[in-house]
Amino acid sequence: MKKDARFYWNLFYSAFILSAFTFGGGYVIVALMQKRFVKKLKWIDEDEMLDLVAIGQSAPGPVAINTSILVGYRLAGIPGAFLTILGTVLPPFITITVISYFYMAFRDIPMIRALFRGMQAGVAAVIADVVISMAARIIKRRKLLPVIVMALSFIAASFFDLNIIIILLISGLFGIYTSLRAGTSPAADAVGNADAVGNEDTGAAPGAPADAYDADEDTDSGQMPFRGGKEGS
Amino acid sequence: MMLLRLYWSFFIVGLFSFGGGYAALPLIQEQVVRSNSWLTHAEFMDILTISQITPGPIAINASTFVGVKVAGIPGAIAATAGCITPSCIIVLILAVLYYRFKGLRLVQGIIKGLRPAIVALIAASGLSILAAALFGTDSFSYSLSGMDFAALGLFIACLFTLRKFRPDPILVMLGAGIIGVIVYSI
Repeated sequence: MKKDARFYWNLFYSAFILSAFTFGGGYVIVALMQKRFVKKLKWIDEDEMLDLVAIGQSAPGPVAINTSILVGYRLAGIPGAFLTILGTVLPPFITITVISYFYMAFRDIPMIRALFRGMQAGVAAVIADVVISMAARIIKRRKLLPVIVMALSFIAASFFDLNIIIILLISGLFGIYTSLRAGTSPAADAVGNADAVGNEDTGAAPGAPADAYDADEDTDSGQMPFRGGKEGS
Repeated sequence: MMLLRLYWSFFIVGLFSFGGGYAALPLIQEQVVRSNSWLTHAEFMDILTISQITPGPIAINASTFVGVKVAGIPGAIAATAGCITPSCIIVLILAVLYYRFKGLRLVQGIIKGLRPAIVALIAASGLSILAAALFGTDSFSYSLSGMDFAALGLFIACLFTLRKFRPDPILVMLGAGIIGVIVYSI
């Protein structure tokens, strides 16, 4: 593809439109990016896009921002990343700036307060719904350690006001410990190969659970081993 | 000075919000309401509500909102820039590592280790949000007599609808808002 002004405009425009019209958070926009950059524009092939999404999910920060940085960087280096960040950030930035001025002017009107009060009960329900689904996924795996980590983290945050970052650091250490242990035990070896670094020679089932936290329905992190397995063939 | 503090606070939010979506929620609450008192709990609830019905990641929405409120448009730019700086750096490092070594095993191990804690933190945040919706404060220490039973009914109805029929959450929230206008205005 030719990297002229039209290409750069198209890159920015794509990121902007995707961000402006995507309600419902990170994973929705990632799916739409796949549609646009892989299917419509054919700038990135399907497998590579899956990799970019997996990397985006492995880094901290909003998944939509991370993935758009990667797409921009992949297509046009640092200037590309800059354009896609700008395109992704501008729509919420503009929307919220306008809304916040309106908010400060109108928030004390009784009808607006009533609207917000009603919606807050709705927001609480949406978050409760998300928490129930996420917690159920963890409990369903029937592994003790994650459930204990979850219970202790909740108690520490809710009742003891322990700093969030400390909780995250400690549970991150558990993650390192578990994945290192899974990597060295002989039983996990065959499986470990499937998603280990630089695998060339494995016929192991791609995407097989490799550690205590993994599971079959684990869509958001199952992509990497799958890709790795295909690399080898 | 204020711009630097905004930048730094949202840098922390961006740096530690692993897992996307609601993972940023407890961190924003910690930075914005508790550490810096930039928003009251009620205002935090309002921006959370606004975030739900507008496009864009909640962390970006919150940083823009807080930035505008504390220091106008420059504040919004500083806060948003702070929020995405860690993403830019870490994503690019991971991309280089990935293309060179074709694997992010350890990183993904960390993410999986974090997941139960993230769920727990979102739950803790959710509990304070529920308390705010039901009692108008962020703790459950208030007596039942202070409870807003209309909000409790609305919460239960919304949760039931979400679990049972899986509609678009935006519709549920807008519905709750409309019922709120009817219930609280009369």
